[in-house]
Amino acid sequence: MVLVYIDHQDNQIKKSSLEAVTYGVALAKQLGTEAHGLLLGTVNDDPSALGAYELKNIYQINDAALSSFDAQVFVKTIAAAATKVGATTLVFSHNQTGKAVCAGVSALLKAGLVTGAIELPKTDAGFVVKKSVFSGKAFANVSIQTAIKIISLSPNSFRTTGGAATMASIIPLDIPVSAGHVKITAVNKTSGEISLTEADIVVSGGRGLKGPENWGILLDLAKELGAATACSRPVGDAHWRPHHEHVGQTGVQVAPNLYIAIGISGAIQHLAGVNRSKTIVVINKDPEAPFFKAADYGIVGDAFEVLPKLTDAIKKMKASA
Amino acid sequence: MKILVCISKTPDTTAKIAFANGGKKFEEAGVQWIINPYDEWYSLVRAIELKEKDPATIIHLVTVGGADAEPIIRKALALGGDEAIRINTDSSDSYYIAAQIAEVANTEKYDLVFTGKETIDYNGASIGGMIAALIDAPYMSLATSFLMEGSTATITREIEGGEEVVTVNTPVVVSCQKGVAEQRIPNMRGIMAARTKPLKVLEPAAADSLTSIESFELPAPKAGVKLVSPDNVEELVRLLHDEAKAI
Ligand SMILES: Cc1cc2nc3c(=O)[nH]c(=O)nc-3n(C[C@H](O)[C@H](O)[C@H](O)COP(=O)(O)OP(=O)(O)OC[C@H]3O[C@@H](n4cnc5c(N)ncnc54)[C@H](O)[C@@H]3O)c2cc1C
Repeated sequence: MVLVYIDHQDNQIKKSSLEAVTYGVALAKQLGTEAHGLLLGTVNDDPSALGAYELKNIYQINDAALSSFDAQVFVKTIAAAATKVGATTLVFSHNQTGKAVCAGVSALLKAGLVTGAIELPKTDAGFVVKKSVFSGKAFANVSIQTAIKIISLSPNSFRTTGGAATMASIIPLDIPVSAGHVKITAVNKTSGEISLTEADIVVSGGRGLKGPENWGILLDLAKELGAATACSRPVGDAHWRPHHEHVGQTGVQVAPNLYIAIGISGAIQHLAGVNRSKTIVVINKDPEAPFFKAADYGIVGDAFEVLPKLTDAIKKMKASA
Repeated sequence: MKILVCISKTPDTTAKIAFANGGKKFEEAGVQWIINPYDEWYSLVRAIELKEKDPATIIHLVTVGGADAEPIIRKALALGGDEAIRINTDSSDSYYIAAQIAEVANTEKYDLVFTGKETIDYNGASIGGMIAALIDAPYMSLATSFLMEGSTATITREIEGGEEVVTVNTPVVVSCQKGVAEQRIPNMRGIMAARTKPLKVLEPAAADSLTSIESFELPAPKAGVKLVSPDNVEELVRLLHDEAKAI
């Protein structure tokens, strides 16, 4: 049985979690078994609506100790729940919560783990999961040898489906939850911004934009496209942009549908973090910039002239659509 | 205070990624090795800063790897740290590696165990979480800031769509990323001192491997860039809409 961990932030189930649900259901079909969900705490909307993704049951653990996140407590609770319901495969999103808990669950259950999976495993002979390695420069096919298997799914690798006219059954699970040791004292939301790893479109700026005061034209384009914003490492290091926007081998790895690189040279360490993007557009005034070799579309030109025109053209296209 | 810093050896960020034996093995010929940047820039430097504030602090470095990992661990010792432990075994299975480090942590009783948020080769992001579960300590993933006051740590950590600030008492396992510290360059004194710092070699404890790498693949090369004139951005918009279906 496949058990999908249903992550939520601010009591809302996010896109990355719905991707994990879609993946878990597809995997269950492939294995000829059922897919169920595991929900710790409560969410605003009725979780039985996840039946639209063909999840059958949602096992829900409701305990006051789960209202704030503590990895140690969540790991123990998830491991106990997986054992109780007899899960043979666990699926997480490789989002921030997944990164905090799936390794611990793997250690407690002694269940082989592959993090950052990008497609369904090959299960005809064994259980082999494809994941991105060398920070996006290659893929590895990793075989899990244990009876219980754990996969965390790289965000933006698996399209959500949904739309089935079924409801999931909510089944309360009675699992003793231990008290945590962690106290959350503040939460700082990057409010209004689109989450970088989940975004369909990412607009990213490099040193070619010359200084933080010039980011307005990039933000305008991002706003018009409903895109998340990112930057190269020197831009983050110089504090022109917040450090969580730094993408690349030593920053965030992204795989959006569309990545637009503006004034970024395309150093190998930058490409590593973005080359799983489906379509890459490069705007750079230097025709020799290495980024063009990794791009699908390019404009050789001055970002300060091209960006406002591009934003305008997109506005016009949207107006005429 | 006693800190354990986990150090991993990874290929240099500019290393050519290629595979031998029909895609079964990473091609190591000509590859320069470095300390995994997250381990070096963030966890190790933060540990050193804590020792600079409180000189009674003891820092141990640990790596799981063969003798070929020694230059890397000496490099780390040149930045700081009192002694190093190398667990003499090679593995790509996170659980096996974490079990080795947990064994050391269980005997030495560290207040803090630091890892990088992931390694830049296998991108597992799982060693810290596994160690924490194996020694039953709280786990703080994706830290962007780490402060210590007595035996209480205040940690800012990345969550989906933002950050949260948490406090926790030691012992605690922390995975570090950008923000925790700033990269340092080792100086001559550090390099000289590193030569005589103790480097203990331990044989591995019995532990299972739960996974194995079957093969590697390289991504398919791009077809080639379509260039659009800067005076015709409408054409780019059209291509992105009609051809790439990206907007
Ligand atoms: C160990 C290590 C890890 C690293 N990790 C990362 C990482 O994770 N992410 C990362 O990004 N980098 C990383 N780097 C740094 C990387 O090597 C490059 O230095 C960096 O990516 C360059 O950033 P950039 O492209 O913004 O700047 P530059 O290389 O300076 O490029 C600026 C570009 O802007 C163009 N330009 C200038 N003016 C204009 C204009 N008016 N209009 C249009 N284009 C213009 C220029 O032609 C140039 O191509 C790492 C380096 C090392 C050594």
